Order: sequence, then C-alpha cells, then structure tokens
Amino acid sequence: MAEIGSFALLLALALSAYSFIAGIVALAFQSRASSSLSLALQGSGGVVSSESSFITTLRRGSERMGETARRAGIATFAAVLLASVVLVICAFRDDFSIAYILHHSNRDLPGPYKFAVLWSGQEGSLLFWSLLLAAYGFVLRLRYKTDARLFAYASVVLSGVQIFFLLLLNFAAHPFAIVEGTIPADGNGLNPLLQYPEMVIHPPMLYLGYVGFTIPFAFALGALIMKYPGEKWIHITRRWTMVTWAFLTCGVFLGAHWAYSVLGWGGYWGWDPVENASLMPWLTGTAFLHSVMMQEKRGMLKMWNMWLVFATFWLAILGTFLTRSGIISSVHAFAQSSIGDWFAWFLCITLVVFVFFFFKNKSHLRTEHKLESLVSRESSFLFNNLLFVLLCFTVLWGTWFPKISELVQGNKVTVGAPFYNRVAIPVALLLLILTAVGPLLAWRKTSLESLKRNFMWPTIGAIAVAIFLMITPQSWGSAFGLKPWQDISYFYSLMAISLSVLVTLTVASEFYRGGRVISKHTGQGMFASMVQLTHRNTRRYGGYIVHFGVVVVIIGFAGAAFNQDKEMEMGYGDKMTIGPYTLICRSYTDDDAPNYASEWAVLDVYKGGKQIDTMTPVRRFYKASQQTSTMPDIRSSLNEDLYIVFEGLNQDNGHPILKAHLNALVMWIWMGVWIMLIGTGLALIPNAPAPVRVAAPARLKPTQAESVVTGD
Amino acid sequence: MSRLFHSISTRSAGKLLGTFLLCVAVFALLGASDPATRFTEIGHQMMCICGCNQILLECNHVGCPASDGMRNELMAAVGRGDSDSLVEQSFVQKYGPTVLAAPTTRGFDRAAYIIPFVALILGFGLIVLVIRAWKNRPTPALADGLSPVRGAALEQFRDQARKETDL
Repeated sequence: MAEIGSFALLLALALSAYSFIAGIVALAFQSRASSSLSLALQGSGGVVSSESSFITTLRRGSERMGETARRAGIATFAAVLLASVVLVICAFRDDFSIAYILHHSNRDLPGPYKFAVLWSGQEGSLLFWSLLLAAYGFVLRLRYKTDARLFAYASVVLSGVQIFFLLLLNFAAHPFAIVEGTIPADGNGLNPLLQYPEMVIHPPMLYLGYVGFTIPFAFALGALIMKYPGEKWIHITRRWTMVTWAFLTCGVFLGAHWAYSVLGWGGYWGWDPVENASLMPWLTGTAFLHSVMMQEKRGMLKMWNMWLVFATFWLAILGTFLTRSGIISSVHAFAQSSIGDWFAWFLCITLVVFVFFFFKNKSHLRTEHKLESLVSRESSFLFNNLLFVLLCFTVLWGTWFPKISELVQGNKVTVGAPFYNRVAIPVALLLLILTAVGPLLAWRKTSLESLKRNFMWPTIGAIAVAIFLMITPQSWGSAFGLKPWQDISYFYSLMAISLSVLVTLTVASEFYRGGRVISKHTGQGMFASMVQLTHRNTRRYGGYIVHFGVVVVIIGFAGAAFNQDKEMEMGYGDKMTIGPYTLICRSYTDDDAPNYASEWAVLDVYKGGKQIDTMTPVRRFYKASQQTSTMPDIRSSLNEDLYIVFEGLNQDNGHPILKAHLNALVMWIWMGVWIMLIGTGLALIPNAPAPVRVAAPARLKPTQAESVVTGD
Repeated sequence: MSRLFHSISTRSAGKLLGTFLLCVAVFALLGASDPATRFTEIGHQMMCICGCNQILLECNHVGCPASDGMRNELMAAVGRGDSDSLVEQSFVQKYGPTVLAAPTTRGFDRAAYIIPFVALILGFGLIVLVIRAWKNRPTPALADGLSPVRGAALEQFRDQARKETDL
C-alpha cells in the first residue's frame, strides 16, 4: 500500500509541475499571439495574411496546451485523493509498517479517530492540506468557462502553491515513510487530547478556511498579472471568500469549543500562538469582506484589497509555519521539524512574487478616489479596516514579541492573556462602536440629522441596559449588579454588553425600517415583510445577521469577568458550594475499556435545595500513548456553565480531587457562532428580484397598477 | 432628548476621548485590595513554570511539580503584605522573566504595549488625511449643457436611489 501512496504523491507532483509550467507557457504564447495578431491585422489593413494565420495557429496550439494544463490540474486532485485514501486505508488496516500510522494510531483506536489520523500528525495534515487545495482547484478548473483566461491564471497560481506542498510531502515530510527494523505489534496511539468528537471536524473546517483563502489570492494575483479589467474577479471570488470565511469561523470556534471541552482548564481561548495563527487570517479576511464592498460599489481601494487578500493567504501560511517550525513555543504546536525552513522559503518567495507583480502592474489598480463626506459608509469601512488590521497586527506583534525580546534584550518574555486583554479589548470595543454606526451611514454622504435620528433610540436603549445592569442585584445572575468601578474587567464587560445592545438595536432598526416600507407597499405583515426584505438583499441583511451573531459572541466573551472556580478533595457525601450550586459527591469509581482506563466521580447537583442534575467528570489513561486526559462534565445554561473537572486522586486516601468552574454566559458564544453561520448562509443566497410597479396600459386597465417582476 | 444629542454632538471628539481614557484609568486604579482578591489578581498575572503554558491559577493538573509551591509562595507574600511589584520581582528572580504572563512596563518590554497604540494613532491619522485628500479632490468637469445637481434635489435623488437599491 505504501508504494501506491508514494507513487500517487510523485505522480501528483509531476502533474502539478506540468499544470504550472504548461499553464505559464500557454498563457505567455496566448498573450504574445493576441498582441501579434492585432499588430498583423493592423499592418495588413484587416486582410488575413500568412503571418496572421501562423499566429492564429500558434494561438490555437497554446490554447490546446492550456487545456492540457487544466486537465493536469484536475488529475492532480485524483492523484492526491488516491494518496489520502491509501493513508486512511492503512490506518484502518493497522499497517504499522508505515511510520506515520505507527506514531498516530493503535489497534483499539475507534473508527472515526482512525479516519481522523489523516490530519492528526505532521505528514498526514500536510497531505490533507494538499488534498483540500487540489479539491478547491478541481472545482475551479471545472468552472473555467466563467472566464477561461482569468481562471487559467488562477489555475497556474494554485498549481504553484500545490507544487510547494507536494514537494514537502515527497521530500521533507513523507506520510508513507517505512519503519526500519522490526515492525511493532501495536501503534503508539493518537494523542489523547485529539480523541474527542470535535477533533474529527475541527481540523477539516480550519483547513478548509486556511486553504480556501488560496482561491481569492490566486484570482487576485491572476487578475494583477494579466491586468484584468474591472471588478469581475471580485464578483467571481465573493462567494469563495464568504464560504472560506465561514469555514474558518467554524474552525476557529470549533477549536475554542474543543479547548473548552477537553483541555479542562475552564477556558476556551488561551492566546496561544497556534490559536493566534488561526485568528490572524480570520481578521484580515473579515477586513477584506468589508473593504471589497468599496471596490464593488465605488471602484475604490483596489490596491488595498489586493494587499488584504494577499495578507490573508500569507498569514494562513505563516500560521502553519508557526505551528510546525517550533520557532515559537506553544502547548499545542503539534510537531516540530525542519519543514519550518521550507515554509520560510515559501513565504519569502510568495512575498517577492506578489510584490514584484504589484509594483509592475500597480498603475492598472490606480483609481480616482473621491469622497464627499467624512460621515459616509466609505469612511466607516476605512476605519473598520484599520481596526481589523490593527487587531491582526496586535495579535502578530504579541505572538512574535517573545522572539523579538530575546533578540533585543537576550531574554524571552511571556505574552499571555493579560497582554491581549490590555491591548486588544479597547480596540475590539472601538470596532463594536463602528459595527453599530456603520450600517446607519449611507454611501457617499450621511447628514448628521439623519444619523442622530437613526441613532437616538438605539443609544437610549444601550444606556438604559447599562444602567439596568448596574442597579440590579447580583443575585439575579452573573451579568447583573455590574459595578464597573470595582474592577477594570467589569468595566470592559459593561461596555461590551452595552455596545452589543447598541449594535443589536441598530440592526433591528434597519430590519424594522426596511420591513415597514415593504409592509406599507404590499400590505403584508411585518415579519413577512422583513423576510422579503432580507431575500431582496441577502448580502446586506445576511451581513446584519452576522453582526448580530458577533454581538452574541461578544456578550459571551464579556461573561468571562464573572467566572468563579473552586478546587476540593471530595470523599463520599462531601459537599462543595459554588455560586448557586451545591455539589455532593455520591460516588467515585474506575473503569477499564480496550483503549483507555478511566476514573470518575458521581456528583449530585443541587440548586435552591432541589436536585437538578447528576454529573460525572472523568479522567482517562490512554494505554497506547501512556498519557492521561480529562473529560470535564459541563452543565450549560444561558446564564452560566457549571464545569467540573476530575483532576486526579489523592494518593494517600484515594479521594478524587475535583475542580468546579462557574463560567458565565459561555453558551452565548456557541449560539453566536451559529447565528454568524446562518447569516453567512443567507448572504450566499442569490437576491430575489425586486417587484417593480408599472402603470398598465390605459386600454387594458384604466385605473389599476400591475405588479411585475424585474430581471436579475 | 434631541437637545441632549445635539449637545453631545457638538462636544469635541477630543474631550470625549479624554473622558473615556480617564474613566478607564480610574477604574483600572480602583481595584479592591483584600488579600484574597490580590491573590487572585496577581495569580492571574503569573504563569505556571512546569511547561504547561497555563496561567498559574488555571494550571489544572494534579501532581504539577511547580504550581502548588508557587501558589503557596504567592499566598505567603500576599499574607505578608508585600506590594505587587515586590511579589513580581521575587518571582522573576526565582523563576525568570517568563513567569510573568505579560511583558512588564519597564525597559524594552514597554514596546509591547506602546507599538499597537502608536499604530492605532498613526492609522487613524493616516485615514483622516486620506479622507481629507479624497474629499478635497476636484470634481471632474461635466460635458457641455449639463449642470451638477446640488442641495435638496440631490438629497431627493439620494433618498430615491437608497430606497430603490437597498430594499
């Protein structure tokens, strides 16, 4: 099997290289043939001469060559898919002669995790990356008729990126490397932390996001190289970008949920370099999704968008470099090896290539920017982009600062959550203000009067909520009785919640105002009118729903200020009180399964003197890898999560040591993500054509107007 | 209420920003100072040095060779009434600078905090300049016989365009 996999990888590399080189040659000849043909026709006064027929033949030949390059790109997908299938089959067959399978699987590993072995280690995850890239390329090359020339350029760029990953797989991180000497009877097993259902879907989602940003980058670079006229490439890549963004969002938050559910420290985001690596392209990608509207609507920010899309792609690769090179220490950088050098070179090459073509063809991107007012949607997008890019820069700066500090002052420093809380939260709050104000601004110019009129009630609502949260008693729940003068974190939480209310109200007012207009014209109910409104401009109103999802997430983050925790050794009948909950230890025991042994406690949970639940936190010992892992038990509600971790046993008396966390508003984060994804899904739906009222010819219906439907 | 809004809108942005920053500073300085709160606060500014890369008070593995001892030391220091900076210094001397969860505000470490805010201010300044430059660009000349629409008529067309394109 290993031979088949290795051959498939070599074949994929050869096909990719052909697709790249033949694609370049074909495009070069096509360009030359086009310009020569027009010159020849001009010279012969429009009469077809022997010279022009030779050029036509040359052009046809280059088109045929381009077609073979496209087909080679498609065949690359087949070859990489074959290699991936072979690796998965090897995992299911417990083929420990392959080093990768030996190090990441074992006989008793459940089936879904054997499938997940494909992306659980260094080599496999690179193969998976290559597979996703080939799959995206496959779809792109099938849809080439949309604009054959632009797609051919994008295809060449994709092939270039694919070559890099296939070179890595063939020469630096071979997934089919054979074990030397005696083959062990069983494998080392999968890292226990990865043996969790979400780990089966988190990496694919994240990688779909990372890899997906190669597509807009490929189109952008292609458009830059060929000096593509107009904004069509933006229209072509809009859906790609949104889908990719949704995947990345999903991947980032699945990672957060996995950390929350598995790592057992009670949090979901630790500002670890690997987490930061996933956040950075998300931030620039989000900035791009906003600024691209400026280019579509007003033809502005062409250069800036080029840089944003490149930065997003580049940061995705940089994140992978951070994860795998070992250059920055991280708890869950899952592998350290020499492939960091390969990534460093690739980053340099892509930067040089992009900068070269940017400066060569930047005149093509020059536009006459004209703004009428500072108070306009255009300005809000500029500030929005500044804040997103600044947040990205802050995360990048914080991630690299230990290394910079080591170079400058000779010693490393830690840059953890307290740093980001101080620096990133104020910027994020500013961004939240802009999220509230932005939708109320019109393109070109907004009068201060209309801004005040639209902004007054949302602001009053937000201030009322802030006052309400301050004066209510704390016994009402985590977010009540907030005294911002007691702690800076309370101040930030109050600001975050109030601004979230402000955003929600502005979004609601946009739906209400639009719905009211439609309702007035059609006589429909308000809800039906709002649905129709959304369907008529799915991108705008889907975007508002995404904004609403973001504020729900932010409210969830704001809850972190009210978290509590308590640690206790608990024998039979021992009691622990945390917040409104009382936990009584009913029992503790152990169990044995083929893959792991486990210890667990049984706790009765009381609230207000009434038993409401029984919880069973577990600690597992995985036999193959000889590692332990906790499986916290989490009882979620809208107000708070009761999160219990089985930390271990007291060696003297055998009593379990349990840690209980009361994490406020965490469920809001996961709900917010769903709302964001629903909003993105809505934004992807094509707009419904807007009905237009036209007067019917007098001879047919003298008094009535008839409703007809416009085209696209 | 509209008067209130009018007065707010006429205040200078600088004053509002100043008030906001002052509030942040005041709230930052108004921390409760009982030993339990100080223990929690300082404990969340420190890292466990066992290699788990977790905040000291969030290090969750039983049998950790470092965190129990470090917590006891912190508890003792807070109990003695040592100032925050003294506690920090003693931990740095014993465990090295990586024990602090964030860079200090001394020496080169200050750059960690300054640079993002400098970038923010520069970015804001740059965008304001860009917007001004774009705003002051001359309007392209119109063909003969055409006159630009201005004032109320322009507003009317704008409203119409918004209604027809956004809904």
